[in-house]
Amino acid sequence: MNIIVCMKWTPDTSEADLTVSAAAKDIKKDDLDFDMNDWDRFAIEEAAQIKEKVGGKVTVVSLAPEESEDMLRECLARGADEAFQIWSDQMEGGDGYATASVLSQFIKGRPHDLILTGTLAEDDGAGQLGGMLAAMLDIPSATLVSRIEIKGQKASFVRELEGGLYESMEMDLPCLIAVATGLNEPRFVSIRAVRKVTSIEIPNVGIDEIGIDAGKVGQSGARVEIEQVSLPPEGEGAEIIKGKPEEAAARLAEILKEKGAIG
Amino acid sequence: MNILKPADAPILGAPAPAIAFIILFLSVAFFCYVMFRRLDVLRKAAPDPRFSDIPTRLLRALMYGFGQWRQPRYLGAGILHILLFAGFMILSLRSLTLIGRGFSPTFHIPFLTGSVGFAYESLKDYTVIVVLIVCLIAIVRRAVFHPKRYDHPGTAGHEYEAYVILGLVSALMITDMIHDGSAYRASGVCGEYHWFPAAAFASVFMPSNDPATLNFLHVGGYWAHILFFFGLLNYLPISKHFHVITAIPNVFFSNLNKGTIKPVKYGAVDWMELDQCGVSDLTGFTWKHILDFYSCADCGRCSDNCPANTVGRALSPKMISVKARDYAYEHFPIFDKNSKDPAHEKRLVGDIITEQEIWACTTCGACEAECPILIEYIDKIVDMRRYLTDRGEVPQSLQKPLQQIKKRGNAYGAMKSKRAAWTKDLEEFQVHTLAEGEHSDLLFFVDSCGSFDPRIQEITKSFARIMARNKLDFAILGQEENDSGNEVRRLGEEGLFEQVSGRNIEAFKARNFEEIVAFDPHAFNAIKNDYPEPFKVIHSSQLIYRLLSHGVMSLNGEYLGDRMVTYHDPCYLGRHNGIYEEPRRALKSIPGIRYQEMDRSFSRSFCCSGGGLLLWYENEEEKERMGERRVKMAMEIGAQVIVTACPFCLINIEDAIKTTGNEGKIEVIDLVELIDRSTS
Repeated sequence: MNIIVCMKWTPDTSEADLTVSAAAKDIKKDDLDFDMNDWDRFAIEEAAQIKEKVGGKVTVVSLAPEESEDMLRECLARGADEAFQIWSDQMEGGDGYATASVLSQFIKGRPHDLILTGTLAEDDGAGQLGGMLAAMLDIPSATLVSRIEIKGQKASFVRELEGGLYESMEMDLPCLIAVATGLNEPRFVSIRAVRKVTSIEIPNVGIDEIGIDAGKVGQSGARVEIEQVSLPPEGEGAEIIKGKPEEAAARLAEILKEKGAIG
Repeated sequence: MNILKPADAPILGAPAPAIAFIILFLSVAFFCYVMFRRLDVLRKAAPDPRFSDIPTRLLRALMYGFGQWRQPRYLGAGILHILLFAGFMILSLRSLTLIGRGFSPTFHIPFLTGSVGFAYESLKDYTVIVVLIVCLIAIVRRAVFHPKRYDHPGTAGHEYEAYVILGLVSALMITDMIHDGSAYRASGVCGEYHWFPAAAFASVFMPSNDPATLNFLHVGGYWAHILFFFGLLNYLPISKHFHVITAIPNVFFSNLNKGTIKPVKYGAVDWMELDQCGVSDLTGFTWKHILDFYSCADCGRCSDNCPANTVGRALSPKMISVKARDYAYEHFPIFDKNSKDPAHEKRLVGDIITEQEIWACTTCGACEAECPILIEYIDKIVDMRRYLTDRGEVPQSLQKPLQQIKKRGNAYGAMKSKRAAWTKDLEEFQVHTLAEGEHSDLLFFVDSCGSFDPRIQEITKSFARIMARNKLDFAILGQEENDSGNEVRRLGEEGLFEQVSGRNIEAFKARNFEEIVAFDPHAFNAIKNDYPEPFKVIHSSQLIYRLLSHGVMSLNGEYLGDRMVTYHDPCYLGRHNGIYEEPRRALKSIPGIRYQEMDRSFSRSFCCSGGGLLLWYENEEEKERMGERRVKMAMEIGAQVIVTACPFCLINIEDAIKTTGNEGKIEVIDLVELIDRSTS
């Protein structure tokens, strides 16, 4: 069982004062901390748990600059056997399509039975990578998966739908599964756990090693062009409802009625 | 008549001394074998250096062991135990004498002859009566009144042990009375009954003119006593009553380093390189911790005072000892038996002591403050957490704050650059951030809560105001400050503790100051007791008391008015560091203050549910929040203001005042804020 997990290195925007960059095509990221995309945390945990059950090898790969090594090392501590960091300067400014092109080229060259990703990324929330990557690899895929069980050459899984519905399905391996958050309880990674995997080398793979045309990566490989990024207009401010609980509740009901939230 | 002495009465044709020898030999041999098996487990356990500072240890053995110092914390049961213990001490000489009398009818302990011997005999006789009465009361207490703390939830078959012991002790007293009573009856000196009340009382039931019966009672009572004595001796190490033997050594070897946590493994050069971090099995505990398990008498005082247990969490400190002792007795039995299939074995940590129990503890230390024989729990809990943490099995609600501390040095996930943002709200004066190489008298360690929690920032600002108003030379670390690591360590993430504490220590060493001051007792405790380098650190309450006692600060009672005030002792200030008086004296220097103690105060204070990272911990079992219970305790004594000296107590109690619907009726305030508001 060869499992490949695709990880994204995303800026942590919680508690940060966001500002838009001068060209208005992105937010300013210089002062932001980057970390593992939270959705992908569930993907690597699922890979580690599948490996614990059925055996095999977990490979982690991320298209991200050098600083992402901490994330990849954390993945090794979470149970991955090897990690690859893919980056060349030309990869700057890519979109989901460009990223999928690089990843598919990388994955084609190595054995893969199951590819796991998070369904969404915390930064752009595009949700494109899983589907495009599967299409490029010509394998089936599913998104928002909340339970996975490997049965021989098949992956049986459950998708969580709107309204609390569950959909059970099955796919032949190899396949790609984009997971939902909450499909497992990701393990805690202690300082010692990371220390234990410090000797594992994390190879840096560039466009030459992957063998992909520079025109297909980064901005030149992207098919989406961002017109403008802007902060939401400042609202009129929140109203703090004061008074006794009953009065406050009455006032809240009144507001909700006014705004049409309740009949 | 002259009564027949046991040593002179052959048994089934065999001379009595031979029988006495056989009984003595077999009993002592078996006892030694059992003790060897029990102590052999300690030899297999983890190392623990407990031979330092022998004078203090001897003093403790005297005070808590022979002096039974903590027994009266439960007055009724305590008095009964003290009487029983004193009885054991006094009667031990009697027992030795009686063993000797099996060999020679005139055997005496040296010096116990003549009038001293007579006085001892008389004292012994009174003691026998007292011990018998105590046993009867204890039996009735258990059987009729069923104190809840004696229960063994989840395990069966322990309650009867107490009856076996009480029965054996009663039998010892009764056979002693029969033995001596028959001799008393035979001697005919009825005038001496007030010297020998037990013998005299027993003799009432015996015929005066029947030498055969008296001889039979005298000799029979003797041998029954001997058999009960050795029966009791050998029952001790196979039951919970092992404490009779191990309690005093347990007190002698007790932990002298209060407030801190033991290293991952004593003697390990680099714990990070160990095969395993933390404790997963019995012999992973230190030998002293296993001695603790042996020594527990199941009295349940720990669990009775455990706040987690009180609100319905899975934890019962006593049951940790009981379950571990059961496990020890089963896996290291007196006679080897065929070992079970290890695959189906229940694991000690995880199955028998569950994860829920292990995470439910707030490390408040109420159990340790209560245990009459100084059994330790916090180090064991932390050792088990270390194991779980190392395997990644940390409750989800605690993972995020731990990760935030790793990334940003605070559990709030706030940007480091905003650590000193609170200083901007102060208009009257500037708070100086101490740069490397600079000097200030006081280094104010704000900690994460004081830096980032909007409610706690109020305490931070109040404290800065008090210091500025009193012209104290103080400064902060600003961005260079990291979380103190107190809870990080207690949640078992030793590596992260080393990381954050290491950064703080580096920052301290690069600056010059006389003292560190903190208003968070958790930070105060970590710096004082956990940091490997010694720094002088004081708590805000100590600084305030110092200012008040030097007369540089004058207070008024306007803020409090005529409201009734009580003080809630924070665990890490009181129990862990013994600071009970300074905050109270500071409070009482507010003119006209009306003050009342809660029932649970000082070392019996009731934890508000924990500080630091425990603020994030979500527990599903509890029926009530600890803070809510605490608010009720304050309301019961008619308090309208709860003063505390810990930011987390404040948060928990403030929440609890709201959730119990007592807003407006009672207020909680930090001592620092109260002093700030009461300054003229």
